[in-house]
Amino acid sequence: MTKKRIFKGNEVAMERLREIAGSVYDQLMKEEIPALEVSSRTKNNIVLSDEHNVWKYGEDVVQRSAKDLGGATGILRSLYTVDFITEMIKDGKSSTLREMYYISEGWNKAKFPAQDDSNKLAEDLEIITRCMREDFKLRPEEDGARVIGNITIEELNRKGDLKRINCKDDVGDSGYGIPYNVEQEKVRFKSVDADLILAVETGGMFDRLVENGFDEKSRAILVHLKGQPARSTRRFIKRLYEYSNLPVVLFTDGDPWSYRIFASVAYGAIKTAHISEYLATPSAQYLGITPSDIINYDLPSDKLTDQDISALKAELTDPRFDSDHWRSEINLQLKIKKKSEQQALAKYGLDYVTDTYLPEKLSEINLK
Amino acid sequence: MSKVATPYAEKMAQSQKEISISDFFAKNRQILGFDNPSKAMLVSVKEGVDNSLDACEEAHILPSIQVKIVRCPQKDRFIIKVRDNGPGIVKKQIPHVFGRLLYGSRFYAIRQSRGQQGIGISAVVLYGQLTTGKPATVISKIGDDHPCYRMEIMIDTKRNRPQVLSEQVVLWDPPHGTEIEVEIEGRYSREKKQSVLEYLKATAIVNPHVEITFEDPDGEMRRFERVVQKVPDQAKEIKPHPHGIELGVLKSMLHNTEARKMSSFLITEYSRISPRGAKEILERSGIGENKKPHLLSPDEVQMLYDAFQATNFMSPPTDCLSPIGDNLIRKGLRKEIDSKFAYTVTREPGVFRGTPFQVEAGIVYGGELEAGGPVKILRFANRVPLLYQQGGCAMTHAIENINWRPYGLEQKGGRGIPYGPAMILVHVASTNVPFTSESKEAVADVDEIIDEITRALQALGRRVKAHINKRQKLKKVSEKYSIVREILPEIAKKSSSIMGKPIPPLDPVITKIMNIVVIDSGIHYTEGNSKDGSDSVTEVTIKAQNYTAKPRKFRVMVKVPQALIQGIYPESYRMKGDAIEWDVGPIHPAKFEHLGFSILGLAKDDYDEVEVFYGNLPGEVIGADPL
Repeated sequence: MTKKRIFKGNEVAMERLREIAGSVYDQLMKEEIPALEVSSRTKNNIVLSDEHNVWKYGEDVVQRSAKDLGGATGILRSLYTVDFITEMIKDGKSSTLREMYYISEGWNKAKFPAQDDSNKLAEDLEIITRCMREDFKLRPEEDGARVIGNITIEELNRKGDLKRINCKDDVGDSGYGIPYNVEQEKVRFKSVDADLILAVETGGMFDRLVENGFDEKSRAILVHLKGQPARSTRRFIKRLYEYSNLPVVLFTDGDPWSYRIFASVAYGAIKTAHISEYLATPSAQYLGITPSDIINYDLPSDKLTDQDISALKAELTDPRFDSDHWRSEINLQLKIKKKSEQQALAKYGLDYVTDTYLPEKLSEINLK
Repeated sequence: MSKVATPYAEKMAQSQKEISISDFFAKNRQILGFDNPSKAMLVSVKEGVDNSLDACEEAHILPSIQVKIVRCPQKDRFIIKVRDNGPGIVKKQIPHVFGRLLYGSRFYAIRQSRGQQGIGISAVVLYGQLTTGKPATVISKIGDDHPCYRMEIMIDTKRNRPQVLSEQVVLWDPPHGTEIEVEIEGRYSREKKQSVLEYLKATAIVNPHVEITFEDPDGEMRRFERVVQKVPDQAKEIKPHPHGIELGVLKSMLHNTEARKMSSFLITEYSRISPRGAKEILERSGIGENKKPHLLSPDEVQMLYDAFQATNFMSPPTDCLSPIGDNLIRKGLRKEIDSKFAYTVTREPGVFRGTPFQVEAGIVYGGELEAGGPVKILRFANRVPLLYQQGGCAMTHAIENINWRPYGLEQKGGRGIPYGPAMILVHVASTNVPFTSESKEAVADVDEIIDEITRALQALGRRVKAHINKRQKLKKVSEKYSIVREILPEIAKKSSSIMGKPIPPLDPVITKIMNIVVIDSGIHYTEGNSKDGSDSVTEVTIKAQNYTAKPRKFRVMVKVPQALIQGIYPESYRMKGDAIEWDVGPIHPAKFEHLGFSILGLAKDDYDEVEVFYGNLPGEVIGADPL
């Protein structure tokens, strides 16, 4: 039989969600037009938090007031969502964001016109309650990516039992799958024996490193980012970093989109700026592929597209890349007008990346 | 002068003959409007229909007209049939009406008529004859007890006289009426702006008392319904005004008059010349009172003409005009165009150069009309659609010179034809519409006429603007209604169920969200049993709802038509001219009050918009205009 467990995070979330309903109710009792305040989620309202060294929402707030139809509908949707989440937590269930969107079909006037709207509302509720989606037992479609390396964790499985897993010995070649919820009540770190955490953008490269035994040879914990990393992947890296204090290093393709992956892992993303301090690991370092690598290693390359160029130019004014190192690399790339994938290293053989490239790059930043 | 000149001229004189009117037109067909095959088709149908309409109206018959176009085996050949339920034509006159150009045109009587527009149905017969070599066939019957004649007619172009090729008595079901069938060379276009269908549609709009059925060459039927059961009043004939006469016409009037003395000539042949006025003219021109009119020398005619211009006369009478009437134009527009908003205006008659004229205009906004393109313009002169030369017409110029942007239509640079989901109709009625040319397709830029059109259009523009504003306001209000009626109760229900508390009272919040007084009005029409419609009832209901946080007392005024009003409630009302006035309230927040009355004896749609005004009410009000 399944044990229904309500964790502390869920309890806090339930209490705070109830406060939303309470504030609406109180406003009605005070004969006021109900309104909810949410941080403005535009690029202009993103500021660097000195405390956490990550990107957070600023002080601009948006009033969702029942004075206009959009605001009124928004409040009604919030209430329905609050009710739905609360009941779900009480029942010990969870649902995907997509499932919540479909469930809203039965909410009449509060029905979401598109899944984008329900996703956004879930984020709004995170902002208002200062809780995380995971606390609401809402999860995204895709789970987190994979991990291989010498760490031992305990995960609470669906039967309610704690399952101990060593991510080197107890897993197959695809590694340990990161669940959508990696909070303390679900995933606990038991021990780590490694020198660094290496986050890898593409699955192909991740598999190459695994096949070449890089995790053991270089005492690395390999984390697959799967492109732009899911929230749970970023949270997993953050928690692992806080537990182990090991250096976090990113290995991605050499193009502007990959630099953004790095920025979101290190400093946070606009969409999730309200929880940057949970997701971002400011000490993370970028290893490559850098534009200099393209030249130094004479890598096969593609021409930059117009979108690539404007993305690079946008990064030049992005405060997350405001350092001499990044400026010179980005300007170099704009000059050579080339980009390379990490798998371009295969030009020199399948072992080149593990035998030569990575050791060289790691020693550059004094990791071996 | 050279010596050979005279003999040569004499030689020429032998070949110089009087060319008959028919012969002249035969050689210059574009003057009649038969420039090209498409236009020839349109003009032929138009002449036939105009002829039928004039005949029916003169006989006070509600016109039912059937138009049929049949494609012939030969390329670009068509048979046009136009049948009416008019009074018919007596046997003797049939050949002259259809086989003789300019027959029956009365020279000096002036009247607003369709006939001014063209050369007449005989021109179509001539055109058909010229292009196909075939005669026209006419069937006409003047009454049940009379035989129906069928004649084949051609025109002897040399003598401008009809030739009857055959004549027989036939059986014909209708009690009376006329049918003309002409084969012509032409082209039938379906899509073009200047198509037969467009012409008939436009005709139906300004002639709501007419019923037209049309069968196109592909056998497709189209029916334009009659919406008014009354034949328009016949326009009265008037004598010409001295300021509206041309020198040439003056000469022939002098020549043809039956008056023996100049003084009686002036008094009897013209309007607005009094005995004293006649004396003044004759003194000014130095012509004796007793001089015989036909004995005036060319110099004297010129002096007389100049004296006309120098003398002041009363403006010509304007009651000779027969406007369509704003109400009927609105009915016509509503019938052909599916649109919520139609507004029309009939201006008071005016005068230019001694000629009475009157302007009417209408606008349709929204509905099925396309928003992207320039507004469609419908031009009419004496109830006849003008389909060509839009750009050269005073009506178009007046539209182009108005800045439409303040009225809510788009317009590049504040000039030119405006853009938007609208259609503008302009009708100029006159005893002598001043056309730009003989083809009579555009009205000339006469200042007085342009001024009147401009004023009419500005009045329409203001109504459009008010309509657009009202619509925007209503949209806002309907959103607020949807909040307070659908969303807010749900918010209250859901929040109280989550909190496990009773549902809070919502009225205070509702009034805060709405913060508005809404005055709804409705019309309910019940047709009576009596034949004259005197017992039909138009019920008007008004509901004043207070959605503000304070009790409201205010004044409500409703304009009512000239008709029997009864059952006014509440009874504490006052009649003020053509309006009923109430002092309403105090209405408490979230409460309402009903007002209303009934109008007797109106036709359906006679009263289709309740005009409500309010006074002494601060803040936003929906459904009424401030007093």
